[in-house]
Amino acid sequence: MEQFIQQLVNGISLGSIYALIALGYTMVYGIVKLINFAHGDVFMVGAFIGFYSITILDLGFFPALLIAMTACAIFGVLIERIAYKPLRNATRIAALITAIGVSLFIEYGTIYIRGAQPEAYPNNIIPLKSLDLFGVKISSQSVLILAVSLFLMILLQFIVHKTKIGKAMRAVSHDMDAAKLMGINVNNTISATFAIGSALAGAAGVIFGMYYTKIEPLMGIIPGLKAFVAAVLGGIGIIPGAMAGGLLLGVIESLVSAAGFSLWRDGVAFVVLILILIFRPAGLFGKNVREKV
Amino acid sequence: MNIVKKAKGFWTSIGLAVVLSVVLQFLINGGTLNPFYVNTLYTICINIILAASLHLIIGITGQFSIGHAGFLAVGAYASAIVTMKLGLPFPVALIGGGAAAALAGLVIGIPTLRLRGDYLAIATLGFGEIMRIVFLNIDYVGGASGMTVSHLITWPWLIACVLITIIVIVNFTNSTHGRACISIRENEIAADAMGINTTFYKVIAFAIGAFFAGVAGALHAHNFYIIQPTNFSFLKSFDILILVVIGGLGSMSGAVIAAILLTIISAFLSSYPEVRMVIYSLVLIVMMLFRPQGLLGTREITSFFKVGKSAKGGVQHDKNTVA
Repeated sequence: MEQFIQQLVNGISLGSIYALIALGYTMVYGIVKLINFAHGDVFMVGAFIGFYSITILDLGFFPALLIAMTACAIFGVLIERIAYKPLRNATRIAALITAIGVSLFIEYGTIYIRGAQPEAYPNNIIPLKSLDLFGVKISSQSVLILAVSLFLMILLQFIVHKTKIGKAMRAVSHDMDAAKLMGINVNNTISATFAIGSALAGAAGVIFGMYYTKIEPLMGIIPGLKAFVAAVLGGIGIIPGAMAGGLLLGVIESLVSAAGFSLWRDGVAFVVLILILIFRPAGLFGKNVREKV
Repeated sequence: MNIVKKAKGFWTSIGLAVVLSVVLQFLINGGTLNPFYVNTLYTICINIILAASLHLIIGITGQFSIGHAGFLAVGAYASAIVTMKLGLPFPVALIGGGAAAALAGLVIGIPTLRLRGDYLAIATLGFGEIMRIVFLNIDYVGGASGMTVSHLITWPWLIACVLITIIVIVNFTNSTHGRACISIRENEIAADAMGINTTFYKVIAFAIGAFFAGVAGALHAHNFYIIQPTNFSFLKSFDILILVVIGGLGSMSGAVIAAILLTIISAFLSSYPEVRMVIYSLVLIVMMLFRPQGLLGTREITSFFKVGKSAKGGVQHDKNTVA
């Protein structure tokens, strides 16, 4: 039982990382109907920027997190402006192929610049203590991950629901042409969506690096794909769906590992994906929540 | 009239290919070509089969599948089991690899082909990854360390497989069934309204594509001495996708030419793999920005030798990609 709860805690930590990445996927999909394959690589870039801010600039965890988020936001807007904007009226397949191209370009561009060798995150950024709660050990890292992710998600909900740019995002995702007619600057709104989504991915990258300590240029692929699965699981285009889907997927994976099938862990996410696509393509939150960003 | 002319161009190309392959056979036997060139030649042939099989799924039927490496893996492992574990002859392995992959295509195709566009792409990507993880976890086929396979392919077998693949797929495209597939690509709802059983044709095209990918897998396994699950990651799927996209979605000759050119380029850039991938990805992005229909679009190379005649492969609109 204690081990089960332990795995549940690990799953929630992992799941909140998936949820942060999935939010970017789901926001971008909700607004331009594009699977941004490069999103997982923005996550990787965020992890590296965080790593270099900590090791070279000698910063603490929170300044590094902020720098990574800002840099990723700019990076995301650049990707959108250069690669996706000219294709906004092209076919979905052309946009999808471009996204794959951008993803490969970021991965191998990074390898070309700095080599493929992995880096180890310094593990003394935050004090390592573990909380003993009814026999379950909860490390300070898990608590921090959960706190940061929850804070960012609440912030996101606030931005989407209470600010002007959030209202514009909701309007554009609902009907792009009508939003344009109402005087909303669609281009800026889409860029803002990419910026927010990429900033969240950058934050996820730093958190991931701190939790798993190993980062490498191709690390974004699998978490990126799984975060997409999480977005589909929750209902793509729906923000609370992405959060719930991410947490659920993290917990499922941890439980599968706990049951002794850790080698099959990567496969489980895709089995979940295929099952959800077959039986409930709109996702878990697909019917009830109409609102999309 | 037009059909006869088109067929003439096609069979002329096939005839030329046969002549060329006989010449190459003499060059290989005579030892004029060094092993590097022979190996590149073998890889070209395998890539042509892969490109042609994905061309049928994406270019003709318009179903965006990015899990083709999964079928390659199924074919490779099934054929390796046939020759190495069961000790049956190589031709049986070719058929076995193809049949296993076609079966996998049916199993994955029937549920997922109800999905459209992006969702199908992600589902097939997921399938490819699942296949890799399955082979990684089965000890019977060696797990992560892979399986050693003896080098059994010879040039005549290889070229025969290439020609059979191309002839079958081109003839399928030109048949009633192929027309139905093209109509699904052009507009699935309209095709459905015209009484075409869209699910049936999508699954058929998927299974045929998977069969030839499986044959390519069998050839791949018996060419490279060892097969490992890491060889069939989704980067391999992207490699195959790039061939079809660059050649032109909907053009068989485009896919073949892209397979030949890109394999040669990769062979010469094999010491700088990251440069190769950077170039590939840039080409992919620039191609989608400036020429989204690929090099040849939906046209065939033979159509360039006939002035004013329409080529095969559906409507001649070079504005957009298919699907």
